[in-house]
Amino acid sequence: MFTETPIDRRKRLTENVMRIFLLVVTSVMIIPLLLIIGYLLYKAIPVLSLEFLFSNPRDNMRAGGIWAPFLGTIYLVVVSLLVSAPIGVFAAVYLNEYARESWFTRITNLAVVNLAGVPSIVHALFGVGAFVLFAGLGESILAASLTLAIMTLPVIIASTTEALKAVPMPFREACWNLGATRWQTIRRIVIPNSISGILTGVILQVSRAAGETAPIMFTGAVFYKAIAEGNLFAYNITEQCMALSLHLFTISTQVPDVTEGTPHGTAVVLVGSVLLVNAAAIILRVYLRTRKKW
Amino acid sequence: MNILRKKSKANLPFSERVIELFIRLCGISCIIFVFGIFFFVFREGAGFLFNGLNLTEFLTSVEWQPTSLNNKRYGAFALIVGTFSVTTLAMCMAVPFGLGAAIFVSEFCSPKLRETFKIIIELLAAIPSVVWGFIGLTLMNQLIIQVFNAPIGLTMLNGSIMLALMSVPIIVSIAEDALKAVPDSYREAAEALGATRWQVIYRVLLPAAKNGLLAAVLLGAARSIGETMAVLMATGHSVNIPSGPLSWIRTLTATIAAELGEVARGDEHYQVLFIIGILLFTITFVVNLIADLVIKGIRQE
Repeated sequence: MFTETPIDRRKRLTENVMRIFLLVVTSVMIIPLLLIIGYLLYKAIPVLSLEFLFSNPRDNMRAGGIWAPFLGTIYLVVVSLLVSAPIGVFAAVYLNEYARESWFTRITNLAVVNLAGVPSIVHALFGVGAFVLFAGLGESILAASLTLAIMTLPVIIASTTEALKAVPMPFREACWNLGATRWQTIRRIVIPNSISGILTGVILQVSRAAGETAPIMFTGAVFYKAIAEGNLFAYNITEQCMALSLHLFTISTQVPDVTEGTPHGTAVVLVGSVLLVNAAAIILRVYLRTRKKW
Repeated sequence: MNILRKKSKANLPFSERVIELFIRLCGISCIIFVFGIFFFVFREGAGFLFNGLNLTEFLTSVEWQPTSLNNKRYGAFALIVGTFSVTTLAMCMAVPFGLGAAIFVSEFCSPKLRETFKIIIELLAAIPSVVWGFIGLTLMNQLIIQVFNAPIGLTMLNGSIMLALMSVPIIVSIAEDALKAVPDSYREAAEALGATRWQVIYRVLLPAAKNGLLAAVLLGAARSIGETMAVLMATGHSVNIPSGPLSWIRTLTATIAAELGEVARGDEHYQVLFIIGILLFTITFVVNLIADLVIKGIRQE
């Protein structure tokens, strides 16, 4: 065996110190996640109940539940999903299956990156300028959802592109050789083989859209709107709605003397739904990996 | 094989041509949206931008009095300083943690641990910004009051801790990609020369991946600059040139979010808020463009 020289020992020491240091640095990031969830749950336990979820805010939003904002968020998410899922998936199909290496493709890719980088409040200004005023939709669920849809488009494009890239080229070549056209190949071979990856992107879009506040503040979400409890169709998409994220902002900053725990409960429901949706995406991804045929 | 692929367009059935057109339209939609965003934000603010607004005053004066009755002032300098100071402080916290975590996850972890950390980072990224703001408003507020004996915990420090936590996931995932992109032959060559793991990282990987790491930091910063709800709720909301981490500030984004609801359409104040939007769009566009060029630079090497 080689004997250890002082230099070797120092090398080993540095190595171990750095490894432990980096482990600590990485682990520190778990703390805020646990701390936040723990803190919110601890404060929210007294108010959390099914009744909290299914009753409207009362007494000028000082008490009561979160039915109206909860339903509003669902409306916003569903409508924005209906718009952004087809556009996003087809945009990714274009970028991956049709576009050739050219300056135009590069600009399109750059546009996707930049769309993802535009601040949420600028999306809000765009929504006001384009949908609320120019298109004449007024402040409505429709205008807010369209704003959200454009904002979350890059999420879907990014994961769909990744999913399409993972389909091996020989799959497509075999299909073309049988005389199939490009679109037939995409519909019968490429999309069925990447559907789990595409769904992951769609799920992540849902989680992103549900949490956003700034883009809907001026395009369709309101501080307060009374709707019928228990009626799933209580909103009309040409009217305004409440939203969970904006409701949390309102009752934690604008409304004095809110019942202790109500904002925390709202936050728990918001974070809980977003994390659940994300967990679904993660599980789908793990499942997809174990099932892959190639 | 290629002969079969190159069917002439005329042979395609009509329905297929319609679908291809639709796919192409979706493909270019992103370009349309980016231009659309600039166009519509610009359209609302243009009138006052070219006719009435003193641009020098807008960029250099600290007097932000848009609602004053007889002495309206639109000086956004304090807001610009607010945005950049809170972002800088956030980056000072997020960059060491983000890069450290990226190095650990990509070089030291077993595959199983790596998956766990990646899931945690993904969940951290999923928490909505308004919830971060709420945490800043309640938990971090109390914490800062107790630790620093400050009268109010809603400060630049509070906002930047929230921003740091929000931008760390972006930095980690992009920096990890950059480290992954360094060919394994580099690592093998260094290890064959007798280098330890840390020496490989410090002398080989970090220099080789420096462009990607820079892009990661830039994109993290862009995220912080554009963040709205967290800074609106956690930084004290007063127009002020900060003198230290415990001063109150207000950012460009928070100003739009707080004031847009209270102005009349077409008003000077309304248009100034859209001009701030143009400024924000330009800043983040430039930062994203630089990051993209930096990343593309690596791929071409």
